Amino acid sequence: MRSMDAERKNTGGHTVVVGASLAGLRGAEALRRAGFAGRLTLVGDEPHRPYDRPPLSKSALTGEVAPEATVLPNLHALAADWRLGVAATGLDRQAREVRLADGTTLSYDRLLIATGSRARSWPNPTEAGLAGVHTLRGRDDAAALRQALAPGPKRVLIIGAGFIGCEVAASCRALDRAVTLIDPGPAPLARILGQPVGEIVAALHRALGVDLRSRTKVARLEGNEAGRVVRAILEDGNVVETDLVVVALGAVRNTEWLSGSGLDAGPGGVVCNEAGHALDTEGRPDRAIAAAGDVARFPHPLFDGRPVALEHWGHAVAQGEHAGRLLAGEANETDYAEMPAFWSSQGGITIKSVGLTEGADSMVFAQGSPKEGRFVVVYGAKGRCIAAVSFDSARWLPAYAEQIAARAPFPPICGGTDEHNLTVLSPGFPEKRTSP
Amino acid sequence: MKTGQLFEAVKDEANRADPYPLYARLRETPVSRQDDGIYVVSTHAAITSLLHDPRISSETLPPSERPRTGNPFSDWIVNPVKDHLTNTHRPFIFRDPPDHDRLRMAVMGQFTHQRVHAMRGRSHDLVADLLDKQSDATSFDLVCDLAYPLPVTVICEMLGVPPEDEPQFHGWATQLASALEPDNLGNEEARAKNIITFDEISTYMRGLIKEKRRHPQDDMLSGLSAGSGPGGEPGMGEVDLIASAILLLVAGHETTVNLIANSTLALVRHPDILARLAGEPDLAPRLIEEMLRYDPPVHFRTRRALSAIDIAGITIPEGADIVLLLASGNRDPAVFCDPDRFDPDRPDIRHFGFGGGLHYCAGAPLARFEAEAALVALAQRLVHPRLIDDPPPYRSGAALRGPMHLRLAIDGVAPRR
Repeated sequence: MRSMDAERKNTGGHTVVVGASLAGLRGAEALRRAGFAGRLTLVGDEPHRPYDRPPLSKSALTGEVAPEATVLPNLHALAADWRLGVAATGLDRQAREVRLADGTTLSYDRLLIATGSRARSWPNPTEAGLAGVHTLRGRDDAAALRQALAPGPKRVLIIGAGFIGCEVAASCRALDRAVTLIDPGPAPLARILGQPVGEIVAALHRALGVDLRSRTKVARLEGNEAGRVVRAILEDGNVVETDLVVVALGAVRNTEWLSGSGLDAGPGGVVCNEAGHALDTEGRPDRAIAAAGDVARFPHPLFDGRPVALEHWGHAVAQGEHAGRLLAGEANETDYAEMPAFWSSQGGITIKSVGLTEGADSMVFAQGSPKEGRFVVVYGAKGRCIAAVSFDSARWLPAYAEQIAARAPFPPICGGTDEHNLTVLSPGFPEKRTSP
Repeated sequence: MKTGQLFEAVKDEANRADPYPLYARLRETPVSRQDDGIYVVSTHAAITSLLHDPRISSETLPPSERPRTGNPFSDWIVNPVKDHLTNTHRPFIFRDPPDHDRLRMAVMGQFTHQRVHAMRGRSHDLVADLLDKQSDATSFDLVCDLAYPLPVTVICEMLGVPPEDEPQFHGWATQLASALEPDNLGNEEARAKNIITFDEISTYMRGLIKEKRRHPQDDMLSGLSAGSGPGGEPGMGEVDLIASAILLLVAGHETTVNLIANSTLALVRHPDILARLAGEPDLAPRLIEEMLRYDPPVHFRTRRALSAIDIAGITIPEGADIVLLLASGNRDPAVFCDPDRFDPDRPDIRHFGFGGGLHYCAGAPLARFEAEAALVALAQRLVHPRLIDDPPPYRSGAALRGPMHLRLAIDGVAPRR
């Protein structure tokens, strides 16, 4: 057994990491830490070294942190070749080659796919091309948006009330800019957190002075002769005069470059097995390839093996490191089972979550209460605890994470401190949901 | 020794100088029921888990009962009211959310960045003055001559307590801090002493707060009395205010002294690291984190189970008293490699030196600055320090654990840099 492990251990050759952001960087570091001594190349479509994204919708917009000050520290010496500002455009698994946008190719022995996702753009390309229409994903986007906010636009219109839309709205209010937030659902974040919590988020944003319009969509954007956006026409017929639009309609996974590679990759991500190896269209793992971060779709053992693709910071770190060890031969065939977790901060409130709310059929306010503005909500499905979300009460989440991992009955903790009333509510998720 | 008696041995003063072998024995059973019914939690994982569990309560103090005076008016009218007020307005270290959160937030609103940072520079000056006093000495007591006066001066200045009143507090603080020692809680005489002390210090604080309301200054007590923190925190009632002020004063008196004394002891026992710190003062922040792991000022805290908790293969029943053995979690080999070695180069030190969860030490930044000022100056200025007693005599507390005296022989004190 030992000798077989030794043979499997990958200490040489060329490992290529496509995607030079958080998951790619942590994956590359994990490879080195696991003893990989061969050639290492990181490919990134942006010209920047890996940087941290969470501040981009918060402190980088309000000006507390410069967008270029978000560079991620190297936690381990990499000794890598960096191919930055060059996107990968194709993958030939037979030749073991990655094609790059500058026409060159990189041959690999091991490949880590960490191409992440990009902001979904406004569906009408002409309207999307108007000056003053922004998306927010990268550090250059944040710098551009910060610059556009500086002169004091008449009104910022934010399309989409998911986490990015809500955080940008709160940041704009912190800058004292007028904000209209367009929410197609019944309440902001209701798709992820359910209707009762969504209503609390709605109240939070109204208290911040956000003009929140729920249950409506933007029908079209209009520009002036100079090609600048001037107003939005809503589906309900209302008109919002605006000179700065932020499109926050979620993310699209960057898998187009894999078409024709024979890997099972599409809008849902790169399909992986439990260990994190990419699967081909026949469902067979390619043991030379792993995927990690936003782009990876994998069966999560904590959720009955349901395939999920998670756009969480902590997940990019944990799965990146797992994939690095996997490619180095250290984590062979061990399942990746990290508890999903994310956080958001908006309007001075810190929201944290563990587990996945998808499929929840019940919820309780387990600690604290909406009235106090600090609480923990626990979500259950089929009598088991599957997720917990805290507003300014993150201290209790580790206990709930343990309950979720143990598949504890719902509601999992009774008789705790600061417990008011364990009435089981319906999450009331609007429409059909995909994983957050 | 049987597992069920190990915690009794931890409390035994004979084991004060080195309780760590007992902790190692306790960790063989991560959560172990002691013969007296207390559940001792000793591994890093189990402590972490319970620090974040909402079924764990900090409301562990027995009901206050002022001793009979023989005066019926006091015994039947005044003292029952006082007892009720004491029971319902404990300092926030002994309270659960939501009351804890409201009180702590008001206090944290006064622990402003500016005030804490001002104390950083002040700590360096205070240490320099205290060491200057030893310039002709061939030996001195680090506890009485530095580790105690430094944090006491700092907390008094932060709060706005006149330094000339300080000698009065010394005894009060020591008496009140004994509420953290489990055996004192069970002892009627100790509890009676505690409540008398509490009434004395309360009377003093009530007067001081009155004065602060009349003549507000730039200090925490004035800010708390005015009830307007930077976040516009609502004011707290008089009784909570007094309890919070007492908590801060006691915490400032009884904890950092141990951090500085324990650190000095470890450094003098590791002369190579002491010499390194003298030439490399930037090592101090990491060294202090390692100290908070290796030999922390607070060894354990007690909690109570609000409902039954399944953990580490055992069920802690509802109502059980729980000891979180923080100093043992700090030496858990499952988390720290070679845990009994003092190693300031250790990466990723997730220690319980300031506790954890919602009761995490409110004064942590202050304690770090004070320890940094003290340890760097000691390393740079003491010429050839040696321990006169090894181990030194310890204070009686097993929870708040540190030397009573730490006598050092020196060949002089270098002039301040």
